[in-house]
Amino acid sequence: MFASFLQDPDFIRVCYIVAFVLFIVGLGRLTGPRTAVSGNRIAAVGMAIAVIATLLDQRMGSNWVLIVAAVVVGTAVAVPAARNVKMTAMPQMVALFNGVGGGAIALISWGEFRHSDGFADVELYIVIAALLAAIIGSVSFWGSNIAFAKLQELIDGKPIALPGQQVINIALLGVCVGLSVAIATGTTSEWAFVGILIAAALLGTFVVLPIGGADMPVVISLLNAFTGLSAAAAGIALDNVALIVGGMIVGASGSILTNLMAQAMNRSIPSIVAGGFGGATAIAAGDDGVDRTVRSTSASDAAVQMAYASQVMIVPGYGMAVAQAQHAVRELTLELEKRGVEVMFAVHPVAGRMPGHMNVLLAEADVPYDQLKEMDDANPQFARTDVSLIIGANDVTNPAANDDPSSPIYGMPILEVDRSRSVIVLKRSMSSGFAGIDNPLFYADGTSMLFGDAKGSVQEITSELSEL
Amino acid sequence: MLLTNLTILVLAGFVGYYVISKVPNTLHTPLMSGTNAIHGIVVVGGLLVLGSAAGDGLDKVILTIAVLFGTVNVVGAFLVTDRMLDMFKGKDPKKVAAKADGEGG
Repeated sequence: MFASFLQDPDFIRVCYIVAFVLFIVGLGRLTGPRTAVSGNRIAAVGMAIAVIATLLDQRMGSNWVLIVAAVVVGTAVAVPAARNVKMTAMPQMVALFNGVGGGAIALISWGEFRHSDGFADVELYIVIAALLAAIIGSVSFWGSNIAFAKLQELIDGKPIALPGQQVINIALLGVCVGLSVAIATGTTSEWAFVGILIAAALLGTFVVLPIGGADMPVVISLLNAFTGLSAAAAGIALDNVALIVGGMIVGASGSILTNLMAQAMNRSIPSIVAGGFGGATAIAAGDDGVDRTVRSTSASDAAVQMAYASQVMIVPGYGMAVAQAQHAVRELTLELEKRGVEVMFAVHPVAGRMPGHMNVLLAEADVPYDQLKEMDDANPQFARTDVSLIIGANDVTNPAANDDPSSPIYGMPILEVDRSRSVIVLKRSMSSGFAGIDNPLFYADGTSMLFGDAKGSVQEITSELSEL
Repeated sequence: MLLTNLTILVLAGFVGYYVISKVPNTLHTPLMSGTNAIHGIVVVGGLLVLGSAAGDGLDKVILTIAVLFGTVNVVGAFLVTDRMLDMFKGKDPKKVAAKADGEGG
Protein backbone atom coordinates (compact mmCIF):
# COMPACT_ATOMS: atom_id res chain seq x y z
CA MET A 1 0.00 0.00 0.00
CA PHE A 2 2.65 2.48 1.11
CA ALA A 3 5.03 1.27 -1.56
CA SER A 4 2.44 1.76 -4.27
CA PHE A 5 1.78 5.28 -3.00
CA LEU A 6 5.48 6.11 -3.29
CA GLN A 7 5.51 4.74 -6.82
CA ASP A 8 2.45 6.68 -7.88
CA PRO A 9 3.45 8.81 -10.89
CA ASP A 10 1.67 11.79 -9.34
CA PHE A 11 3.63 11.46 -6.12
CA ILE A 12 6.83 11.45 -8.14
CA ARG A 13 5.68 14.53 -10.02
CA VAL A 14 5.01 16.28 -6.73
CA CYS A 15 8.54 15.41 -5.66
CA TYR A 16 9.85 17.04 -8.83
CA ILE A 17 7.82 20.16 -8.05
CA VAL A 18 9.30 20.27 -4.55
CA ALA A 19 12.74 19.81 -6.12
CA PHE A 20 12.47 22.73 -8.52
CA VAL A 21 10.98 24.98 -5.86
CA LEU A 22 14.08 24.26 -3.80
CA PHE A 23 16.28 25.05 -6.83
CA ILE A 24 14.64 28.44 -7.21
CA VAL A 25 14.75 29.26 -3.50
CA GLY A 26 18.36 28.14 -3.38
CA LEU A 27 19.37 30.25 -6.36
CA GLY A 28 17.56 33.24 -4.89
CA ARG A 29 19.74 32.96 -1.81
CA LEU A 30 22.90 33.18 -3.91
CA THR A 31 22.39 36.95 -4.09
CA GLY A 32 24.33 37.64 -0.89
CA PRO A 33 27.38 36.05 0.73
CA ARG A 34 25.50 35.49 3.99
CA THR A 35 22.70 33.40 2.55
CA ALA A 36 24.62 31.84 -0.32
CA VAL A 37 26.01 28.79 1.47
CA SER A 38 22.57 27.72 2.64
CA GLY A 39 21.17 28.53 -0.80
CA ASN A 40 23.52 26.08 -2.46
CA ARG A 41 22.67 23.43 0.13
CA ILE A 42 18.94 23.96 -0.34
CA ALA A 43 19.40 23.39 -4.07
CA ALA A 44 21.40 20.24 -3.29
CA VAL A 45 18.53 18.94 -1.13
CA GLY A 46 16.20 19.59 -4.06
CA MET A 47 18.52 17.58 -6.26
CA ALA A 48 18.57 14.68 -3.79
CA ILE A 49 14.76 14.66 -3.70
CA ALA A 50 14.59 14.61 -7.51
CA VAL A 51 17.06 11.71 -7.72
CA ILE A 52 15.32 9.63 -5.04
CA ALA A 53 11.92 10.24 -6.63
CA THR A 54 13.33 9.08 -9.96
CA LEU A 55 14.64 5.87 -8.41
CA LEU A 56 11.09 5.15 -7.16
CA ASP A 57 9.66 5.44 -10.67
CA GLN A 58 7.85 2.29 -11.76
CA ARG A 59 9.52 2.37 -15.15
CA MET A 60 12.82 1.80 -13.38
CA GLY A 61 13.37 -1.93 -13.43
CA SER A 62 16.54 -2.91 -15.15
CA ASN A 63 20.26 -2.30 -14.95
CA TRP A 64 20.43 -1.59 -11.22
CA VAL A 65 23.98 -2.86 -11.08
CA LEU A 66 25.05 -0.46 -13.81
CA ILE A 67 23.22 2.41 -12.14
CA VAL A 68 24.88 1.80 -8.79
CA ALA A 69 28.27 1.38 -10.46
CA ALA A 70 27.91 4.61 -12.46
CA VAL A 71 26.81 6.61 -9.42
CA VAL A 72 29.57 5.20 -7.22
CA VAL A 73 32.31 5.75 -9.78
CA GLY A 74 30.99 9.22 -10.64
CA THR A 75 30.98 10.21 -6.98
CA ALA A 76 34.43 8.73 -6.44
CA VAL A 77 35.76 10.84 -9.32
CA ALA A 78 33.95 14.05 -8.44
CA VAL A 79 34.49 14.28 -4.68
CA PRO A 80 38.30 14.35 -4.61
CA ALA A 81 38.37 16.60 -7.68
CA ALA A 82 36.02 19.09 -6.04
CA ARG A 83 37.75 18.88 -2.66
CA ASN A 84 41.30 19.30 -3.86
CA VAL A 85 41.07 21.72 -6.75
CA LYS A 86 42.97 24.94 -6.12
CA MET A 87 40.91 28.10 -6.19
CA THR A 88 43.13 29.40 -8.98
CA ALA A 89 42.12 26.39 -11.09
CA MET A 90 38.41 26.97 -10.51
CA PRO A 91 37.56 28.13 -14.06
CA GLN A 92 38.74 24.89 -15.64
CA MET A 93 37.00 22.84 -12.94
CA VAL A 94 33.71 24.58 -13.65
CA ALA A 95 34.28 24.06 -17.39
CA LEU A 96 34.86 20.36 -16.82
CA PHE A 97 31.78 19.82 -14.63
CA ASN A 98 29.77 21.74 -17.17
CA GLY A 99 31.14 19.67 -20.03
CA VAL A 100 30.25 16.29 -18.54
CA GLY A 101 26.69 17.55 -18.04
CA GLY A 102 26.44 18.37 -21.73
CA GLY A 103 28.01 15.02 -22.61
CA ALA A 104 25.45 13.20 -20.47
CA ILE A 105 22.61 14.88 -22.35
CA ALA A 106 24.03 14.01 -25.78
CA LEU A 107 24.41 10.38 -24.68
CA ILE A 108 20.89 10.21 -23.20
CA SER A 109 19.55 11.48 -26.48
CA TRP A 110 21.54 8.84 -28.36
CA GLY A 111 20.19 6.16 -26.02
CA GLU A 112 16.65 7.37 -26.69
CA PHE A 113 17.27 7.21 -30.42
CA ARG A 114 18.40 3.58 -30.16
CA HIS A 115 15.48 2.60 -27.88
CA SER A 116 12.90 3.91 -30.23
CA ASP A 117 14.52 2.34 -33.30
CA GLY A 118 15.56 5.67 -34.72
CA PHE A 119 12.61 7.71 -33.40
CA ALA A 120 10.17 5.54 -35.34
CA ASP A 121 6.60 6.26 -34.17
CA VAL A 122 7.75 9.08 -31.92
CA GLU A 123 5.89 12.38 -32.00
CA LEU A 124 7.64 15.04 -34.04
CA TYR A 125 8.09 17.56 -31.21
CA ILE A 126 9.80 14.91 -29.10
CA VAL A 127 12.15 14.10 -31.97
CA ILE A 128 12.98 17.78 -32.43
CA ALA A 129 13.60 18.29 -28.71
CA ALA A 130 15.81 15.21 -28.51
CA LEU A 131 17.83 16.28 -31.56
CA LEU A 132 18.28 19.79 -30.14
CA ALA A 133 19.44 18.28 -26.86
CA ALA A 134 21.92 16.10 -28.72
CA ILE A 135 23.36 18.95 -30.78
CA ILE A 136 23.64 21.51 -27.97
CA GLY A 137 24.84 18.89 -25.49
CA SER A 138 27.59 17.73 -27.82
CA VAL A 139 28.69 21.30 -28.60
CA SER A 140 28.80 22.04 -24.89
CA PHE A 141 30.74 18.87 -24.03
CA TRP A 142 33.49 19.39 -26.59
CA GLY A 143 33.57 23.16 -26.21
CA SER A 144 33.97 22.82 -22.45
CA ASN A 145 36.72 20.25 -22.85
CA ILE A 146 38.64 22.58 -25.14
CA ALA A 147 38.11 25.44 -22.67
CA PHE A 148 39.39 23.15 -19.93
CA ALA A 149 42.45 22.19 -21.97
CA LYS A 150 43.20 25.84 -22.72
CA LEU A 151 42.84 26.96 -19.12
CA GLN A 152 44.86 24.02 -17.86
CA GLU A 153 47.44 24.96 -20.52
CA LEU A 154 47.29 21.51 -22.09
CA ILE A 155 46.96 23.44 -25.34
CA ASP A 156 47.96 26.99 -26.18
CA GLY A 157 45.72 29.56 -24.49
CA LYS A 158 46.17 32.02 -27.35
CA PRO A 159 43.61 32.14 -30.12
CA ILE A 160 44.12 29.29 -32.58
CA ALA A 161 42.47 30.23 -35.85
CA LEU A 162 42.00 27.95 -38.81
CA PRO A 163 41.72 29.35 -42.32
CA GLY A 164 38.10 29.66 -43.38
CA GLN A 165 36.94 29.18 -39.81
CA GLN A 166 33.54 30.81 -40.25
CA VAL A 167 32.78 28.85 -43.41
CA ILE A 168 33.71 25.57 -41.72
CA ASN A 169 31.56 26.37 -38.68
CA ILE A 170 28.56 27.26 -40.79
CA ALA A 171 29.07 24.09 -42.84
CA LEU A 172 29.17 22.01 -39.66
CA LEU A 173 26.00 23.64 -38.40
CA GLY A 174 24.47 22.91 -41.80
CA VAL A 175 25.40 19.22 -41.44
CA CYS A 176 23.72 19.12 -38.00
CA VAL A 177 20.54 20.72 -39.29
CA GLY A 178 20.48 18.64 -42.50
CA LEU A 179 20.86 15.31 -40.70
CA SER A 180 18.30 16.41 -38.09
CA VAL A 181 15.77 17.15 -40.81
CA ALA A 182 16.51 13.75 -42.34
CA ILE A 183 15.85 12.01 -39.01
CA ALA A 184 12.75 14.08 -38.27
CA THR A 185 11.34 13.17 -41.68
CA GLY A 186 11.80 9.45 -41.25
CA THR A 187 15.44 8.37 -41.57
CA THR A 188 16.17 5.77 -38.91
CA SER A 189 19.82 5.20 -39.74
CA GLU A 190 21.97 5.39 -36.64
CA TRP A 191 24.78 6.83 -38.74
CA ALA A 192 22.71 9.96 -39.26
CA PHE A 193 22.50 10.41 -35.49
CA VAL A 194 26.18 9.67 -34.93
CA GLY A 195 26.92 12.11 -37.76
CA ILE A 196 25.04 14.81 -35.85
CA LEU A 197 27.02 14.11 -32.69
CA ILE A 198 30.31 14.27 -34.57
CA ALA A 199 29.47 17.45 -36.50
CA ALA A 200 28.34 19.10 -33.25
CA ALA A 201 31.53 17.92 -31.53
CA LEU A 202 33.68 19.50 -34.25
CA LEU A 203 31.59 22.65 -34.08
CA GLY A 204 32.08 22.93 -30.30
CA THR A 205 35.81 22.39 -30.72
CA PHE A 206 36.24 24.89 -33.56
CA VAL A 207 34.17 27.55 -31.84
CA VAL A 208 36.23 27.50 -28.65
CA LEU A 209 39.71 26.94 -30.16
CA PRO A 210 40.07 30.46 -31.62
CA ILE A 211 38.93 32.16 -28.41
CA GLY A 212 41.69 33.86 -26.45
CA GLY A 213 42.20 33.67 -22.70
CA ALA A 214 40.65 37.04 -21.92
CA ASP A 215 37.37 36.02 -23.53
CA MET A 216 37.19 32.84 -21.46
CA PRO A 217 34.75 34.21 -18.84
CA VAL A 218 32.23 34.82 -21.60
CA VAL A 219 32.77 31.42 -23.19
CA ILE A 220 32.47 29.44 -19.96
CA SER A 221 29.32 31.30 -19.09
CA LEU A 222 27.90 30.70 -22.57
CA LEU A 223 28.67 26.97 -22.45
CA ASN A 224 26.98 26.81 -19.06
CA ALA A 225 23.86 28.33 -20.58
CA PHE A 226 24.09 25.84 -23.46
CA THR A 227 24.16 22.84 -21.16
CA GLY A 228 21.14 24.25 -19.33
CA LEU A 229 19.22 24.70 -22.57
CA SER A 230 20.06 21.21 -23.76
CA ALA A 231 18.89 19.81 -20.40
CA ALA A 232 15.60 21.68 -20.85
CA ALA A 233 15.24 20.23 -24.37
CA ALA A 234 15.93 16.76 -23.00
CA GLY A 235 13.25 17.45 -20.38
CA ILE A 236 10.71 18.14 -23.12
CA ALA A 237 11.74 14.95 -24.92
CA LEU A 238 11.46 12.86 -21.76
CA ASP A 239 8.36 14.71 -20.46
CA ASN A 240 10.20 15.38 -17.21
CA VAL A 241 9.33 18.60 -15.43
CA ALA A 242 12.40 18.60 -13.17
CA LEU A 243 14.68 18.59 -16.20
CA ILE A 244 12.68 21.29 -17.95
CA VAL A 245 12.71 23.69 -15.01
CA GLY A 246 16.25 22.93 -13.82
CA GLY A 247 17.65 23.22 -17.32
CA MET A 248 15.74 26.35 -18.28
CA ILE A 249 16.66 28.26 -15.11
CA VAL A 250 20.29 27.60 -15.91
CA GLY A 251 19.79 28.45 -19.58
CA ALA A 252 18.22 31.80 -18.69
CA SER A 253 20.62 32.74 -15.92
CA GLY A 254 23.61 31.66 -17.98
CA SER A 255 22.42 33.82 -20.85
CA ILE A 256 22.15 36.88 -18.60
CA LEU A 257 25.57 36.28 -17.16
CA THR A 258 27.06 35.87 -20.62
CA ASN A 259 25.48 39.10 -21.68
CA LEU A 260 26.80 40.95 -18.60
CA MET A 261 30.31 39.67 -19.31
CA ALA A 262 30.13 40.69 -22.95
CA GLN A 263 28.89 44.17 -21.94
CA ALA A 264 31.77 44.51 -19.50
CA MET A 265 34.09 44.04 -22.47
CA ASN A 266 32.01 46.20 -24.80
CA ARG A 267 31.73 43.35 -27.25
CA SER A 268 28.85 41.43 -28.69
CA ILE A 269 28.49 37.72 -28.02
CA PRO A 270 28.57 36.88 -31.75
CA SER A 271 31.86 38.74 -32.18
CA ILE A 272 33.40 36.82 -29.27
CA VAL A 273 32.16 33.51 -30.62
CA ALA A 274 33.48 34.45 -34.06
CA GLY A 275 36.79 34.48 -32.22
CA GLY A 276 40.30 35.41 -33.16
CA PHE A 277 40.33 38.56 -30.99
CA GLY A 278 43.83 39.72 -30.28
CA GLY A 279 46.65 37.96 -32.08
CA ALA A 280 46.09 39.67 -35.41
CA THR A 281 45.19 43.03 -33.89
CA ALA A 282 48.55 43.74 -32.25
CA ILE A 283 48.87 46.75 -34.55
CA ALA A 284 48.18 49.21 -31.73
CA ALA A 285 51.79 48.82 -30.60
CA GLY A 286 52.89 50.86 -33.60
CA ASP A 287 55.17 53.76 -32.65
CA ASP A 288 53.52 57.13 -32.92
CA GLY A 289 56.68 59.08 -32.23
CA VAL A 290 55.84 59.51 -28.56
CA ASP A 291 58.42 58.76 -25.90
CA ARG A 292 57.94 55.05 -25.13
CA THR A 293 60.21 54.58 -22.14
CA VAL A 294 58.96 52.86 -19.03
CA ARG A 295 60.19 53.64 -15.56
CA SER A 296 61.08 50.58 -13.54
CA THR A 297 61.12 50.64 -9.78
CA SER A 298 62.32 48.43 -6.94
CA ALA A 299 60.43 46.67 -4.19
CA SER A 300 61.84 49.03 -1.56
CA ASP A 301 60.81 52.15 -3.50
CA ALA A 302 57.35 50.70 -4.01
CA ALA A 303 57.15 49.95 -0.28
CA VAL A 304 58.05 53.52 0.64
CA GLN A 305 55.56 54.91 -1.87
CA MET A 306 52.74 52.88 -0.39
CA ALA A 307 53.73 53.34 3.24
CA TYR A 308 53.15 57.08 2.95
CA ALA A 309 49.93 56.80 0.99
CA SER A 310 46.59 57.32 2.65
CA GLN A 311 44.67 55.23 0.16
CA VAL A 312 45.93 52.29 -1.88
CA MET A 313 43.81 50.61 -4.50
CA ILE A 314 44.84 47.11 -5.52
CA VAL A 315 43.81 45.99 -9.00
CA PRO A 316 44.15 42.23 -9.36
CA GLY A 317 44.14 40.39 -12.69
CA TYR A 318 44.81 36.98 -14.12
CA GLY A 319 48.52 37.38 -13.31
CA MET A 320 47.66 37.21 -9.61
CA ALA A 321 45.91 33.89 -10.18
CA VAL A 322 48.77 32.47 -12.22
CA ALA A 323 51.32 33.43 -9.57
CA GLN A 324 49.00 32.18 -6.77
CA ALA A 325 49.73 35.51 -5.14
CA GLN A 326 46.41 36.05 -3.32
CA HIS A 327 47.73 35.10 0.14
CA ALA A 328 50.84 37.24 -0.30
CA VAL A 329 48.57 40.12 -1.34
CA ARG A 330 46.53 39.68 1.83
CA GLU A 331 49.74 39.87 3.91
CA LEU A 332 50.65 43.08 2.14
CA THR A 333 47.19 44.48 2.84
CA LEU A 334 47.51 43.73 6.55
CA GLU A 335 50.95 45.32 6.68
CA LEU A 336 49.63 48.48 5.01
CA GLU A 337 46.59 48.64 7.27
CA LYS A 338 48.85 48.40 10.30
CA ARG A 339 50.34 51.68 9.09
CA GLY A 340 46.93 53.29 8.76
CA VAL A 341 46.75 53.05 4.99
CA GLU A 342 43.29 52.44 3.66
CA VAL A 343 43.35 49.52 1.22
CA MET A 344 40.67 48.58 -1.27
CA PHE A 345 40.45 46.18 -4.17
CA ALA A 346 39.08 47.24 -7.52
CA VAL A 347 37.75 44.22 -9.37
CA HIS A 348 36.82 44.38 -13.03
CA PRO A 349 33.90 42.12 -13.98
CA VAL A 350 36.00 40.20 -16.48
CA ALA A 351 39.30 40.13 -14.61
CA GLY A 352 40.62 36.58 -14.64
CA ARG A 353 39.29 33.65 -16.55
CA MET A 354 35.75 33.41 -15.25
CA PRO A 355 33.20 35.90 -13.94
CA GLY A 356 34.07 36.79 -10.37
CA HIS A 357 37.33 34.80 -10.49
CA MET A 358 39.31 37.43 -8.53
CA ASN A 359 36.69 37.65 -5.82
CA VAL A 360 36.94 33.91 -5.18
CA LEU A 361 40.72 34.08 -4.87
CA LEU A 362 40.65 37.07 -2.55
CA ALA A 363 37.92 35.51 -0.45
CA GLU A 364 40.10 32.42 -0.17
CA ALA A 365 42.84 34.64 1.26
CA ASP A 366 40.35 36.08 3.80
CA VAL A 367 40.11 39.52 2.28
CA PRO A 368 36.91 40.98 3.79
CA TYR A 369 33.99 41.12 1.37
CA ASP A 370 33.50 44.87 1.87
CA GLN A 371 37.03 45.70 0.69
CA LEU A 372 36.19 44.34 -2.76
CA LYS A 373 34.86 47.12 -4.95
CA GLU A 374 33.01 46.50 -8.18
CA MET A 375 33.95 48.68 -11.14
CA ASP A 376 31.23 51.30 -10.70
CA ASP A 377 32.09 51.77 -7.03
CA ALA A 378 35.83 51.71 -7.61
CA ASN A 379 36.10 54.24 -10.42
CA PRO A 380 35.06 57.33 -8.41
CA GLN A 381 37.64 56.31 -5.79
CA PHE A 382 40.66 56.53 -8.10
CA ALA A 383 40.79 60.33 -8.00
CA ARG A 384 41.35 60.02 -4.25
CA THR A 385 43.83 57.16 -4.53
CA ASP A 386 47.52 57.78 -3.88
CA VAL A 387 48.83 54.51 -5.22
CA SER A 388 47.14 52.03 -7.52
CA LEU A 389 48.90 48.69 -7.34
CA ILE A 390 48.20 46.61 -10.42
CA ILE A 391 48.90 42.93 -9.96
CA GLY A 392 48.92 41.02 -13.21
CA ALA A 393 46.07 42.97 -14.80
CA ASN A 394 46.47 44.67 -18.14
CA ASP A 395 43.64 45.21 -20.61
CA VAL A 396 41.07 46.10 -17.92
CA THR A 397 43.23 49.11 -16.96
CA ASN A 398 44.09 50.25 -20.47
CA PRO A 399 43.19 53.97 -20.82
CA ALA A 400 43.16 53.53 -24.61
CA ALA A 401 39.71 52.02 -24.11
CA ASN A 402 38.55 55.51 -23.06
CA ASP A 403 40.49 57.83 -25.33
CA ASP A 404 41.89 56.06 -28.39
CA PRO A 405 39.16 55.36 -30.95
CA SER A 406 41.63 53.32 -33.04
CA SER A 407 42.24 50.85 -30.21
CA PRO A 408 40.58 47.45 -30.62
CA ILE A 409 39.23 47.72 -27.08
CA TYR A 410 37.94 51.29 -27.48
CA GLY A 411 34.68 51.66 -25.58
CA MET A 412 35.27 48.81 -23.16
CA PRO A 413 34.53 49.97 -19.60
CA ILE A 414 37.80 49.97 -17.66
CA LEU A 415 39.11 50.64 -14.18
CA GLU A 416 40.32 54.22 -14.43
CA VAL A 417 43.61 53.73 -12.61
CA ASP A 418 45.23 56.46 -14.70
CA ARG A 419 43.32 58.96 -12.57
CA SER A 420 45.12 57.98 -9.39
CA ARG A 421 48.17 59.93 -8.25
CA SER A 422 50.62 57.15 -9.03
CA VAL A 423 50.50 53.65 -10.40
CA ILE A 424 52.74 50.69 -9.69
CA VAL A 425 52.44 47.80 -12.12
CA LEU A 426 53.63 44.35 -11.13
CA LYS A 427 54.32 42.48 -14.33
CA ARG A 428 56.40 39.59 -15.48
CA SER A 429 57.72 41.33 -18.59
CA MET A 430 56.75 44.00 -21.09
CA SER A 431 54.69 41.57 -23.17
CA SER A 432 51.19 42.76 -23.92
CA GLY A 433 48.05 41.25 -22.42
CA PHE A 434 46.00 38.39 -23.78
CA ALA A 435 44.31 40.73 -26.19
CA GLY A 436 47.77 41.56 -27.58
CA ILE A 437 47.14 45.28 -27.19
CA ASP A 438 49.73 47.78 -26.02
CA ASN A 439 48.86 49.59 -22.81
CA PRO A 440 49.75 53.33 -22.75
CA LEU A 441 49.30 53.28 -18.98
CA PHE A 442 52.73 51.62 -18.70
CA TYR A 443 54.40 54.63 -20.33
CA ALA A 444 52.52 57.29 -18.40
CA ASP A 445 54.33 59.75 -16.13
CA GLY A 446 52.88 58.52 -12.87
CA THR A 447 53.51 54.87 -13.63
CA SER A 448 56.40 52.75 -12.50
CA MET A 449 56.90 49.08 -13.29
CA LEU A 450 58.12 46.39 -10.94
CA PHE A 451 59.13 43.42 -13.06
CA GLY A 452 59.10 39.88 -11.76
CA ASP A 453 56.82 37.15 -10.50
CA ALA A 454 53.78 38.74 -8.86
CA LYS A 455 53.98 36.64 -5.72
CA GLY A 456 57.70 37.25 -5.24
CA SER A 457 57.32 40.98 -5.81
CA VAL A 458 54.45 41.29 -3.36
CA GLN A 459 56.35 39.36 -0.71
CA GLU A 460 59.41 41.58 -1.22
CA ILE A 461 57.32 44.72 -0.86
CA THR A 462 55.75 43.33 2.32
CA SER A 463 59.11 42.54 3.89
CA GLU A 464 60.48 45.96 2.90
CA LEU A 465 57.39 47.52 4.48
CA SER A 466 57.84 45.68 7.74
CA GLU A 467 61.43 46.93 7.96
CA LEU A 468 60.58 50.58 7.35
CA MET B 1 1.48 17.63 -22.95
CA LEU B 2 3.65 19.69 -25.28
CA LEU B 3 1.80 22.91 -24.46
CA THR B 4 1.95 22.29 -20.72
CA ASN B 5 5.66 21.63 -20.95
CA LEU B 6 6.25 24.68 -23.13
CA THR B 7 4.38 26.81 -20.59
CA ILE B 8 6.58 25.47 -17.83
CA LEU B 9 9.66 26.07 -19.99
CA VAL B 10 8.84 29.71 -20.64
CA LEU B 11 7.92 30.45 -17.03
CA ALA B 12 11.12 28.79 -15.81
CA GLY B 13 13.07 31.00 -18.19
CA PHE B 14 11.57 34.11 -16.61
CA VAL B 15 12.20 32.82 -13.11
CA GLY B 16 15.86 32.20 -14.00
CA TYR B 17 16.11 35.68 -15.47
CA TYR B 18 14.67 37.54 -12.50
CA VAL B 19 16.28 35.50 -9.75
CA ILE B 20 19.74 35.89 -11.21
CA SER B 21 19.52 39.57 -12.13
CA LYS B 22 20.06 40.43 -8.46
CA VAL B 23 23.35 38.62 -7.95
CA PRO B 24 26.33 41.00 -7.45
CA ASN B 25 29.45 40.62 -9.65
CA THR B 26 31.40 39.44 -6.65
CA LEU B 27 29.39 36.24 -6.46
CA HIS B 28 29.38 35.44 -10.16
CA THR B 29 31.77 32.50 -9.93
CA PRO B 30 29.82 30.67 -7.22
CA LEU B 31 26.62 31.54 -9.08
CA MET B 32 27.91 29.94 -12.25
CA SER B 33 29.14 26.97 -10.34
CA GLY B 34 25.79 26.71 -8.54
CA THR B 35 23.74 26.83 -11.74
CA ASN B 36 26.24 24.34 -13.14
CA ALA B 37 25.22 22.00 -10.31
CA ILE B 38 21.54 22.51 -11.05
CA HIS B 39 21.84 21.41 -14.66
CA GLY B 40 23.28 18.26 -13.11
CA ILE B 41 19.57 17.36 -12.99
CA VAL B 42 20.41 15.57 -16.26
CA VAL B 43 21.41 12.68 -14.05
CA VAL B 44 17.68 12.15 -13.51
CA GLY B 45 17.19 11.78 -17.26
CA GLY B 46 20.09 9.34 -17.43
CA LEU B 47 18.68 7.24 -14.58
CA LEU B 48 15.23 7.09 -16.15
CA VAL B 49 16.47 6.02 -19.55
CA LEU B 50 19.05 3.53 -18.26
CA GLY B 51 16.65 2.11 -15.68
CA SER B 52 13.89 1.49 -18.19
CA ALA B 53 16.11 0.09 -20.93
CA ALA B 54 16.26 -3.50 -21.94
CA GLY B 55 18.56 -2.72 -24.87
CA ASP B 56 21.78 -4.28 -26.11
CA GLY B 57 25.34 -3.88 -24.90
CA LEU B 58 26.03 -0.57 -26.63
CA ASP B 59 22.83 0.92 -25.17
CA LYS B 60 24.03 0.01 -21.73
CA VAL B 61 27.49 1.45 -22.29
CA ILE B 62 26.14 4.74 -23.64
CA LEU B 63 23.65 5.23 -20.85
CA THR B 64 25.94 4.09 -18.06
CA ILE B 65 28.46 6.70 -19.18
CA ALA B 66 25.62 9.23 -19.26
CA VAL B 67 24.70 8.48 -15.64
CA LEU B 68 28.37 8.58 -14.67
CA PHE B 69 28.82 11.98 -16.35
CA GLY B 70 25.66 13.29 -14.76
CA THR B 71 26.81 12.13 -11.33
CA VAL B 72 30.19 13.82 -11.76
CA ASN B 73 28.39 17.01 -12.82
CA VAL B 74 25.98 17.13 -9.92
CA VAL B 75 28.25 15.94 -7.09
CA GLY B 76 31.33 17.86 -8.19
CA ALA B 77 29.56 21.13 -8.88
CA PHE B 78 27.62 21.22 -5.61
CA LEU B 79 30.75 20.44 -3.57
CA VAL B 80 32.92 22.97 -5.34
CA THR B 81 30.25 25.67 -4.97
CA ASP B 82 29.96 24.88 -1.29
CA ARG B 83 33.72 25.24 -0.87
CA MET B 84 33.78 28.59 -2.64
CA LEU B 85 30.81 30.04 -0.82
CA ASP B 86 32.22 28.98 2.50
CA MET B 87 35.14 31.32 1.89
CA PHE B 88 32.86 34.24 1.17
CA LYS B 89 31.26 33.90 4.58
CA GLY B 90 34.42 35.41 6.00
CA LYS B 91 35.74 35.33 9.54
CA ASP B 92 33.51 38.03 10.96
CA PRO B 93 29.94 36.94 10.28
CA LYS B 94 28.30 40.06 11.73
CA LYS B 95 30.23 42.50 9.61
CA VAL B 96 29.79 40.49 6.45
CA ALA B 97 26.10 40.05 7.15
CA ALA B 98 25.53 43.76 7.59
CA LYS B 99 27.28 44.41 4.31
CA ALA B 100 25.39 41.64 2.56
CA ASP B 101 22.06 43.24 3.42
CA GLY B 102 23.23 46.44 1.83
CA GLU B 103 24.42 44.70 -1.33
CA GLY B 104 21.39 42.51 -1.74
CA GLY B 105 19.39 44.86 -3.97
